[in-house]
Amino acid sequence: MLIIKDLKASVDGKEILKGLNLEVKAGEVHAIMGPNGSGKSTLASVLAGRSEYEVDGGSATLEGEDLLDMKPEDRARAGVFLAFQYPVEIPGVSNANFLKTAVNEVRKSRGQEILDSKDFLVMMKERMKLVEMDKAMTQRSVNEGFSGGEKKRNEIFQMAMLEPKLSILDETDSGLDIDALRIVSNGVNALRDGERAFIVITHYQRLLDYIVPDFVHVLYKGRIVKSGTKELALELEEKGYDWIKEEAEALNA
Amino acid sequence: MSEDLKILDEVTQSEYKWGFVSNIESDNAPKGLDEDTVRFISNKKSEPEWLLEWRLKAFRYWLTMEEPVWANVHYPKIDFQDIIYYSAPKAKPVLNSLDELDPEIKATFDKLGISLQEQKRLSGVAMDAVIDSVSVKTTFREALGELGIIFCSFSEAVHAHPELIKKYLGSVVPHTDNYYSALNSAVFSDGSFCYIPKGVRCPMELSTYFRINSAGTGQFERTLIVAEEGAYVSYLEGCTAPMRDENQLHAAVVEIVSHTDATVKYSTVQNWYPGDKEGKGGIYNFVTKRGICAGDRAKISWTQVETGSAITWKYPSVILKGNYSIGEFYSVAVTNNMQQADTGTKMIHIGKNTKSTIISKGISGGKSQNSYRGLVKINKNADNARNFSQCDSLLLGDKCGAHTFPYLEVNNKSAKVEHEATTSKVGEDQIFYCNQRGISTEDAVNLIVNGYCKEVFNQLPMEFAVEAQKLLAISLEGSVG
Repeated sequence: MLIIKDLKASVDGKEILKGLNLEVKAGEVHAIMGPNGSGKSTLASVLAGRSEYEVDGGSATLEGEDLLDMKPEDRARAGVFLAFQYPVEIPGVSNANFLKTAVNEVRKSRGQEILDSKDFLVMMKERMKLVEMDKAMTQRSVNEGFSGGEKKRNEIFQMAMLEPKLSILDETDSGLDIDALRIVSNGVNALRDGERAFIVITHYQRLLDYIVPDFVHVLYKGRIVKSGTKELALELEEKGYDWIKEEAEALNA
Repeated sequence: MSEDLKILDEVTQSEYKWGFVSNIESDNAPKGLDEDTVRFISNKKSEPEWLLEWRLKAFRYWLTMEEPVWANVHYPKIDFQDIIYYSAPKAKPVLNSLDELDPEIKATFDKLGISLQEQKRLSGVAMDAVIDSVSVKTTFREALGELGIIFCSFSEAVHAHPELIKKYLGSVVPHTDNYYSALNSAVFSDGSFCYIPKGVRCPMELSTYFRINSAGTGQFERTLIVAEEGAYVSYLEGCTAPMRDENQLHAAVVEIVSHTDATVKYSTVQNWYPGDKEGKGGIYNFVTKRGICAGDRAKISWTQVETGSAITWKYPSVILKGNYSIGEFYSVAVTNNMQQADTGTKMIHIGKNTKSTIISKGISGGKSQNSYRGLVKINKNADNARNFSQCDSLLLGDKCGAHTFPYLEVNNKSAKVEHEATTSKVGEDQIFYCNQRGISTEDAVNLIVNGYCKEVFNQLPMEFAVEAQKLLAISLEGSVG
């Protein structure tokens, strides 16, 4: 589904991704871990098309289509969803109104019929259950005054509504207490259907107890330096990143 | 409004032909302004002697006045002798079908979601589609007349209700008030008069939208609204159609009198021609709007959405004379390209326990300048007066300007006056967030700006609010690079 080849990217002239390769097939869950500053969030931003990030080389395709050539909204319509690490507040715009606009834009681009208010409400009601979301939250302004946990739940709720092919979760577990973590993870797991693919970016193995990955990759200095199965995450939890860093440096030397 | 739309639809289907064409040439006053011009206008309208005298007094006073320069707007000096002060409504070119319409105008209509029938009316396709103002009036008048409500053109009111006009004309905005109100008093062409008798709640939104005779005569419009004790009326000044009025200078006067326990809500959506991207052309809109809460517990609420005009100079105000009276001002002022707006309000607290609220949202894009100017004045005897002001500015891009000029004059120690002001930019983060959910940048800006204006739009009648949102979208087109 997603094929990234030798991807290089920089921000403010500073090179961050230095030739990253990754292939994600339909239905797979890939976890990306790594020490601070290794380029995890940059990868998410580059895939979603944030304009501050400059692509210096390489390619990224979604089902054969060149992602890097598309505008951010076209990537979203093509099925890329980013659950933001820091969801943005939009005062005065109700969550429901925002989502209705988004869902219908995406549906339009897929040649699906636009949902009227009634059908949209039905869909919303059903998907809200996935993240145990309160009805009142849909009437509040997008993320405004939401607690950290509510914001993350809202991200997963949006994901459920937009039905993306590829979801990128950028440190969705950061700032969550254990209950919120469980709710968010249940939401994600409910969306795993053997077709949808996920990239889960996290610092902590804990999240991967809930969202069990098919593969775990370690990102270090802008490259994936080690890949494995879920056991790799446990090993990292136990031993930290130093041994990986040493291995990587030794290879480079 | 849906009921109104139905009526509109009915009358647009009727067979009436607009009969202004034949005598159009003779209905223009000669260019320039002197006492003869004033007499010409008064004569054209067969006005009584007292009104002519009233006009002449205003004109003579105007001659002694200086054009004001204090507003934060810049424009070449107006040549008041280069203006035609009276002209009958122009006949529009008759098109055979909408296909002949300028595609750009057609696109604007489509964006506004205006029905085909309505598009035909606005663009002058087939004359029989033009609203028959007489039948609209009849339809409304029967319903309103039963309640004793008067809603008619100003000229008509002068003849039919001279005692009311005499009593109230100039009672809130005297001709001595300012340069443009003096000018308006001398040469006003027509306008609306609305009177709600004691204890009557007007059952429908009264709208100038239905007064076709205001088209082309709107340059110096005069509106007078009187609500007697315990009355209620919601009044819409409709300039909501994308009709482009090419008149250079507009100087209207609106007066509202709200008696004891009466409420007047006045809503405007203004989208006059703002000029092109380089700032050529466009309307100068210099308007004086003021209401007085004459009795106890009276209320006046102004809501305005300003998207048009090259220059806007407008301060809808409330004189809070009655005890416990309430004044409100809700405003969205949008400027784009080279537009300039200097707008705000005045709340003059005279009575005890009076209360005023000011919510102003300025939005600037392009190279435009947007100023809020507001006065809150608490007089010596206005015990326990309250004011809350919130003035927010939103910047789109980095070549536009937002300015806030709040004036506070507090002469009573028990007064409580609060002022909050914020300036913000539509964030890249917000736009990207919307983009990432599949929403294009243009739609994202609209969404964000509409959210920002929500408090004001909530004050508008539903149909009007929808229209305001669409207008906003059109005004902001291309405002973010």
